[in-house]
Amino acid sequence: MSRQMTGAEMVVQALKDQGVDTIFGYPGGAVLPIYDAIFQQNDIRHILVRHEQAAVHMAEGYARSTGKPGVVLVTSGPGATNAVTGLTDALMDSIPLVVFSGQVPTFMIGTDGFQEADTIGITRPCTKHNWLVKDPAKLSETIHQAFHVATSGRPGPVLIDLPKDVQFATGQYTGPKLARVDHYQPKVKGDIEAITKLVELIEKAERPIFYTGGGVINSGPGASQLLRELVDATGFPITSTLMGLGAYPASGKGWLGMLGMHGLYEANLAMHGCDLMINLGARFDDRITGRVADFSPHSTKAHVDIDASSINKIITVDLPIVGDIGHVLEDLLKVWKARGRKVNKEGLANWWGRIDEWKKVRCLAYTNSDAIIKPQYALERLDALTRGRNRYITTEVGQHQMWAAQYLGFEAPNRWMTSGGLGTMGYGFPASIGVQIAHPDALVINIAGEASWLMNMQEMGTATQFRTPVKQFILNNERLGMVRQWQDLLHGGRYSQSWSESLPDFVKLAESFGWKGIICRDPKELDDAIMEMIDYDGPVLFDCLVEKHENCFPMIPSGKPHNEMLLSADAAAFAGGAALV
Amino acid sequence: MAALNIKKGSTSHSAYDLRDFHSDIERSHTLAVIVENEPGVLARVIGLFSGRGYNIDSLTVAEIDHKGHRSRITIVTRGTEAVIEQIRAQLGRIVPVHEVHDLTTEAKAVERELALFKVTATGEKRVESLRLADIFRASVVDSTLESFIFEITGTSEKIDAFAELMRPLGLVDVARTGVAALARGV
Repeated sequence: MSRQMTGAEMVVQALKDQGVDTIFGYPGGAVLPIYDAIFQQNDIRHILVRHEQAAVHMAEGYARSTGKPGVVLVTSGPGATNAVTGLTDALMDSIPLVVFSGQVPTFMIGTDGFQEADTIGITRPCTKHNWLVKDPAKLSETIHQAFHVATSGRPGPVLIDLPKDVQFATGQYTGPKLARVDHYQPKVKGDIEAITKLVELIEKAERPIFYTGGGVINSGPGASQLLRELVDATGFPITSTLMGLGAYPASGKGWLGMLGMHGLYEANLAMHGCDLMINLGARFDDRITGRVADFSPHSTKAHVDIDASSINKIITVDLPIVGDIGHVLEDLLKVWKARGRKVNKEGLANWWGRIDEWKKVRCLAYTNSDAIIKPQYALERLDALTRGRNRYITTEVGQHQMWAAQYLGFEAPNRWMTSGGLGTMGYGFPASIGVQIAHPDALVINIAGEASWLMNMQEMGTATQFRTPVKQFILNNERLGMVRQWQDLLHGGRYSQSWSESLPDFVKLAESFGWKGIICRDPKELDDAIMEMIDYDGPVLFDCLVEKHENCFPMIPSGKPHNEMLLSADAAAFAGGAALV
Repeated sequence: MAALNIKKGSTSHSAYDLRDFHSDIERSHTLAVIVENEPGVLARVIGLFSGRGYNIDSLTVAEIDHKGHRSRITIVTRGTEAVIEQIRAQLGRIVPVHEVHDLTTEAKAVERELALFKVTATGEKRVESLRLADIFRASVVDSTLESFIFEITGTSEKIDAFAELMRPLGLVDVARTGVAALARGV
């Protein structure tokens, strides 16, 4: 297809041709022609946000819950700079986004024009790739290439900067099929020799473990399915990063829970003591490895990743496989089955015996209270009352996020949206709106801390306007809980600036935006209050007043190895003199 | 349970794990990066080096195929083997980067640099500078009664050596192109 149209019309046409149904954005002078084109059509729904950062997080929520790229439209200058946090967040967590930013007309670029910023320069390190389109003849192809780059290989955000005169100019539109994308074709098939070598290791391993990450989710639902088949058929234990939760079900028999800084005792000790570590789409982040020199000292390490630069970046591995998880798992299963589905049964039985001992530590145990809601209890109840429903969870960043990862069970991929790499406070609320836009009938809950939540609270208006019945479950401890925890443990209890002063009355705040507000401070009333939140047909702001001084355990202090984990006093009592690997 | 003994008030644990990673021997490597000749591609490459804390000792860039929109960036960097492997992989994932070659490990390479030296001198020093230039096969490309500009081509070491000799004779300005390199053989 090829016809004449304006640059602005090309943007809209290209979005339609790419199968985009929703975009998140905020208008301004430099994108008015595109907004005019949006006004004159009905195929693409525009979600008007209240701040551009939130638009990007919404698109992230949309993308992560659907597997499709999220699309954002912002104006030049402040519109683009406000998007930077979201872009960086998406880059760190490998979320496919296509962001359009307006720009001053080409003849004004470089003159410090009104609302001019060097958007390409500013966003170069926080996008997978970006383009300044100065020639309308190249616009449609660039947009199609942008979608290809955002979604191929390791996904990520891309940005297209569009000068206003290019939006007005007329040119030839070409469809997606004509776009040249051959120069960027990341390898998806893994090396079959290396895969066979991994099968040999799997057959012999005495103490194996799967360590999986966001790469499994990004590879698509098929990869999660193959992972389940492989884990269950081998009987190996599996742990996951924060980003990978849901790829393997929490109810699965191999599941050890999350690993890492606030990971489960059994997961971290199994990582420390394993003799074969199979890393599938995780990147040995410092929150996972702890002290690198002491990381899993006795294991042979295999690493499957679509991004060659992830391999040997932090941990040197013995068997690197560059490829897409889904493709590699398919080949791996084929080879393993063809060779007779062998595992070291005796070794594995002993290994599970040790893991079961570690589980007895019950590292997530906490002292509950009749008088005050413990955050762990609140999340256990939330999980129990929402399990089995069509549920999507987003979070902000901090203690509540770690507790959510620990106490909630995820049974399916794309149901858990959290800011992992960048750790962006203010992510969860807009992300929950993006998820709800994509899944209007689902139960979408943002688990938040009051401090994080306030960072993008302006989006309450967006939720009301677009009738997204998102549930904001705020564990309100009137503290920046994780900051307070580090100050407690590492800075002599000097709680510098880590409390939430002058908080709003959340119930009145909710009502002022046409939401329902719920406040709960009594553990005995918690279940009813949660049910009231779930049953309400509309957005709910749930102010859950919790214990103010609770710390999140287990915890591996930064720079310590996995076997030097801090447990809560309660959990430590169970640990007794358990031998460490 | 080996629960950590963290003293209250201790600040020896930072939020960042400052590990000693680059403990091996650092070596100089020459990388040839073939890129799509599009605006900003050099900024992407340089931004990668600054953003991730790698060194650039020398960098040259020019278009090598006008029709095919290809440019060649030659970078001399230093690091441990692990760091060089990382640099290669990181360069490889920049979208407009087509190929990355480590000319130091992949093949013996020919490396050349061009430099211009301005020497202001009179009398015996002026004569001496001409004599040395002859030995180094540098040619005079500009001359006044009190100055020469020498053009010299060679390895970076040769140019360094020439600079050292010229300095006491009145070397006032230097312009160097940085290293261009090609793998030997076919």
